[in-house]
Amino acid sequence: MSLTISLDINGQPLSVPIDDPRTTLLDLLRERLGLTGAKKGCDRGQCGACTVLVDGRRINSCLALALTLDGAQITTIEGLAEGDRLHPVQAAFIAHDGFQCGFCTPGQIMSAVGLIAEARAGADPERVRELMSGNICRCGAYKGITEAVLEAQGVLADTHQEVAA
Amino acid sequence: MNRFDYVRPASIAEAFAAFQPASHYLAAGTNLVDLMKGGAARPKRLIDITRIPGLDRIEWLADGSVRIGALVRNSDLAYDERFQKSFPSVAEALLSGASPQLRNAATVGGNLMQRTRCPYFYDVASACNRRLPRSGCDAIGGENRLHAILGWSDECIATHPSDLCVPLVALDAVVEVEGPKGARELPLDELHLLPHAAPLRETALTPGELIVAVRLPAQAAAVARHARYLKVRERTSFAFAVVSVAAGLELADGKIRTARIAMGGVAAKPWRSREAEAALVGSPPTAEAFARAAEIALAEAKPSGDNAFKIELARRLVVRALSSALEGTPQAMPALPGSPIASVSGAIHAV
Repeated sequence: MSLTISLDINGQPLSVPIDDPRTTLLDLLRERLGLTGAKKGCDRGQCGACTVLVDGRRINSCLALALTLDGAQITTIEGLAEGDRLHPVQAAFIAHDGFQCGFCTPGQIMSAVGLIAEARAGADPERVRELMSGNICRCGAYKGITEAVLEAQGVLADTHQEVAA
Repeated sequence: MNRFDYVRPASIAEAFAAFQPASHYLAAGTNLVDLMKGGAARPKRLIDITRIPGLDRIEWLADGSVRIGALVRNSDLAYDERFQKSFPSVAEALLSGASPQLRNAATVGGNLMQRTRCPYFYDVASACNRRLPRSGCDAIGGENRLHAILGWSDECIATHPSDLCVPLVALDAVVEVEGPKGARELPLDELHLLPHAAPLRETALTPGELIVAVRLPAQAAAVARHARYLKVRERTSFAFAVVSVAAGLELADGKIRTARIAMGGVAAKPWRSREAEAALVGSPPTAEAFARAAEIALAEAKPSGDNAFKIELARRLVVRALSSALEGTPQAMPALPGSPIASVSGAIHAV
């Protein structure tokens, strides 16, 4: 039995038939839709490499069955940049050396985008570290990641103020 | 992962109609899908309850109690301003649990229904009475330094890992249940069952019953000014409790009028000590009184393996949580919720 679900992925509406209910959002993105930015690290919700936004909230796509997300709006790392213009979080990760091998980076960046939208960390690096604790970096680039999140948060706040003005 | 049917009812009645033997209700799936991936859970049918309307609300009732829908997400409850003010130890427990991504998905009902488990439960090559009745318990005599110290048996020595349930049980939470045969409610303290009879029963729910809400009585807010949840972990964040303690005090005329004490990571259920609470009532909030309460709370504890250290650790954490509650609920949520190590935000690492 196949069920068809509707998703908005990075602003693009899609109708996707799901023939196996075991399909996770992560597998759907990577194996069916060619969006391989989200990574399969542990596949058990422990490493955060698969982090994407669902209806604006960061979650582990490896633990979400695709069928349960019918009608959802999904944002992946592929949906952040506008053409060649990087998202401020992407730019900040480069500026602060927020990665080494890069495997965890899409998950780190999506998690950081979610963290900034949640607005719970303020300028406190300890709160940033705590709220990024769902993302493991085997290379240990945590110092640069924390700096990047703090800087991007400032850039995004300034941008919003300019828009408001 | 085994194959299964997927159904998505639009109402509770449809959910009951879809329920068959070996069905599981599915909310976010942060525990269930994980267990299915390893083969520790093998449901024949998943009944996705997330589209049932009305289960995702936080409602304040006229008598001052709060009714939390089973589908409220952990992060939404933890950051609800009125909830955090009224029940700060519950918010702190929620924010000390799992990771932001998991808290954004995981639901309150799902948190209560997560399995009591240990690494041997996950490992399908190991004997585990909880996974396969009467197969034995490889945790006994195995790697068991993090296992139960209270209420365990030769059947099972695993612990229930919920943080949320610990302050909830201390605050007299009530679970609202609906089932094919009607609605009922029970104290959260009676939901999780100790492993005393084979085959092991996980909870007091009967097949097909569904948790629809959790209620906290208005009286539970009496300790709001002196409430903490402290959690010892093996790493700073994103780890289960080795031991955790929810403590709450209501003070009047220099004496303790109400005390709330429950422990996590020590048993197959959140472990409230009404005896320790009773010993504090009427006494001044002194270090001696707290030490006596801790002795009473752990009086029945015994190691289930290489975990005798958890008994002393739990005693010390009871004292620490009570002392911390006495100092007063933090003005703002600590940077590291539940951490007994850092109490000052940010600055502590700058010195």
